[in-house]
Amino acid sequence: MTHGTATRTRTQRLRSIWHSDFVYSFRHAPVAVASATVVLLMVLAAVFAPLIAPFDPFNPATLNLMNGFTPPMEPNAFTGESFWLGTDDQGRDVFSTILYGMRISLFVGFSAVMLALVLGVVLGLLAGYLGGWTETIIMRVADVQLTFPAILVAMLIFGIAKGITPPEYRDQMAIWVLILAIGLSDWVQFARVVRGATLVEKNKEYVQAARLIGRAPLAIMLRHILPNVLNPVLVIATISLALAIIAEATLSFLGVGAPPTQPSLGTLIRIGQGFLFSGEWWILLFPAATLLTLALSVNLLGDWLRDALNPRLR
Amino acid sequence: MKTRTSLLAVALLATTAAGASAETLRWARAGDSLTLDPHAQNEGPTHTLAHQIYEPLIIRDMSGQFQAALATDWAPSPDDPNVWVFNLRQGVKYHDGADFTAEDVVFSINRAKSENSDMKELLTSIVEVRAAGDHTVEIVTDGPNPILSSNLTNLFMMDSGWAEANGAVDVQDIEGGETTFASTNTNGTGPYKLVSREPDVRTVLTQNENYWGAGQFPLAVTEIIYTPIQNAATRVAALLSGEVDFIQDVPVQDLERVASTDGLVVKTAPQNRVIFFGMNQGADDLVNDDVEGANPLADVRVRRAINMAINRDAIKQVVMRGQSQPAGMIAPPFVNGWTAEMDASSMTDVEAAQALMAEAGYEDGFSIQLDCPNDRYINDEAICQATVGMLAQIGITVNLDAKPKAQHFPLITNDQTDFYMLGWGVPTYDSEYIFNFLVHTRGSERGSWNGTGYSNADVDAMIQSLASETDLEARNATIQAIWDHVQDDQLYIPIHHQVLNWGMSDAVGIEVSPEDDPKMKFFTMN
Repeated sequence: MTHGTATRTRTQRLRSIWHSDFVYSFRHAPVAVASATVVLLMVLAAVFAPLIAPFDPFNPATLNLMNGFTPPMEPNAFTGESFWLGTDDQGRDVFSTILYGMRISLFVGFSAVMLALVLGVVLGLLAGYLGGWTETIIMRVADVQLTFPAILVAMLIFGIAKGITPPEYRDQMAIWVLILAIGLSDWVQFARVVRGATLVEKNKEYVQAARLIGRAPLAIMLRHILPNVLNPVLVIATISLALAIIAEATLSFLGVGAPPTQPSLGTLIRIGQGFLFSGEWWILLFPAATLLTLALSVNLLGDWLRDALNPRLR
Repeated sequence: MKTRTSLLAVALLATTAAGASAETLRWARAGDSLTLDPHAQNEGPTHTLAHQIYEPLIIRDMSGQFQAALATDWAPSPDDPNVWVFNLRQGVKYHDGADFTAEDVVFSINRAKSENSDMKELLTSIVEVRAAGDHTVEIVTDGPNPILSSNLTNLFMMDSGWAEANGAVDVQDIEGGETTFASTNTNGTGPYKLVSREPDVRTVLTQNENYWGAGQFPLAVTEIIYTPIQNAATRVAALLSGEVDFIQDVPVQDLERVASTDGLVVKTAPQNRVIFFGMNQGADDLVNDDVEGANPLADVRVRRAINMAINRDAIKQVVMRGQSQPAGMIAPPFVNGWTAEMDASSMTDVEAAQALMAEAGYEDGFSIQLDCPNDRYINDEAICQATVGMLAQIGITVNLDAKPKAQHFPLITNDQTDFYMLGWGVPTYDSEYIFNFLVHTRGSERGSWNGTGYSNADVDAMIQSLASETDLEARNATIQAIWDHVQDDQLYIPIHHQVLNWGMSDAVGIEVSPEDDPKMKFFTMN
């Protein structure tokens, strides 16, 4: 009896989610469905890379230099081995390297956006709710940082961090330094949007009511204001994810990101770019296509999310 | 009507004259000169730029033959076998108009023998330089030195008056990060004058209209624009699109593409340069490894294991696309003392290497950092990367740190690297040069590029004896004995001898020099 009620409730709840405006608009936006599917597949492929990839490109002991420059689906002239998407200049299987590289790209992207989001939301809430000096300091710092391109800020942070890490840990630290660099260069837009939304919300009646019954400022910020400013944050986070993935690729392409022995998609594109004139197109094309697909899908998803969460467009 | 025709003719004549007199050579290579101070760095690209502006007493022409430059003739003194007499060219003027005299030669050689100079090793045998008249110089050596002249081909002459007036008497301390007047300004006697320079971006030179060699050399290039382009693809693209006329290092993967392009040619020749790895075996403990309290590289078995683990043929086939000659010693075949037996590259034998590692007590391997330049040698970073994989097979985990040569070289000269890549060209064509810089114990006179910490008193004594040994047979026997030590102690890990590939517009007429040092006064332009 109780069991039946529970089932019914769960079914009802699922049905109500399925029929909610949000999911309804998702189901009726083919672009959103397609890009979400692509993103999901890529995330799964990256997460399960060690199970899917036929080789471990990050273990240099497994590489055979003689396999270098093998074209896709063709046997190598020296070793006779054949690779699905060919090999790069060091004899690494391009397909495996893309999977592992995507892992780095996605991990760095997600982590950097999380860092920027937490930092930006907290600072934005503080600035918007407290006002005064707190606001002035936080927002002027943000303004100053906005005058520099994010990639320059990231390169600066990366350079400083690389200078102070001991050389023997540099390779292991590279990923974390990348996250820090991209995250710190990206918090500003979160802070600005949250501050703006907070300024609007803090004069609304429900906030005044909460203040009247004596709730602490921190509780008001977190429990009352934050849930109401999260929609734009979610949209920015999604678009930031695409930008962070591209920022990571840019840094690695410039040679200041992921180490060449543990290539991310950007490092692979940098390597492949040297062989464009000589006809070894696959080293560049496949990683570049992967990066493009990933960034585009995340971006399209973000676009749809923005429209779906915007009450004026509904 | 008649006047108009003649006017037209005059105008036409003027245009052709102007066209013939202004030939700009746009020149690119991977890296820039490290300094304009001619004695601060004994390094290929640095000397190459300096050769356009400054001149030594003797140069090597584009085929490597001696040619009189600021000296017209030179010979041992008939009175004293320890003295060389150089007669200097008369009427030569520096770019600022000052006269070139014997005093400048005395000043320049003493400067190149001073504290911060990187040219000291070439001049160890020189005791005294004295002016015997305005245009005669006597160089006194400690014992007869038959090969002194070959040590002077990159030794540039500076104006003593200019150096004193501008506080440029002391050589720039590059490792200490110093900048001096002479490191950013020039005043040479050479065929080209410095117009402007932005390090790593662009250097512009214009022809010295008062050059003494006018009429003797083609001097077809009137302006040189030198732009270092580190990225290989960008460099090739610049040549393919006609943005530059001459690149000194066509990437091996793009040789065919460049050669098959209309209006472009590739000229190839073996280079007088060997690429190798150095290992810090002198330190008690390495900084960037995971072995505490011991230095794995101090064990010759580990060094041999590394040598055996490297597959030079694979590097040649894949990384260099056939454009290299695997090496077994760190002397190029051009050099006196080179032998085919020593240079027969050591065989790759991973199993034997693993056994040696186990014997040395490192069967579980260790980790180490490899420092590598990324804008100096052909595919330097790719060779280092391939080495990472090969050493992984004998349990050595290599952290690769590749960076521009301006940051890489000071690590070697300041003892700050455990394991590094270096390339060595031999402008004197003699083994003594290699020993003085790379094998002799590091000290104030010799061993400035010996980053291995290797120190062997017997070997040092033999090296010092070379400068004054006049019996060539005995000298060659000593050279061989020193090489035996270098080979047995596995002082270095040789990789290969480089092959030069110069790419240029077919309007540029020049042959590849084995030193990789294009001297633009020899260039013709069609």
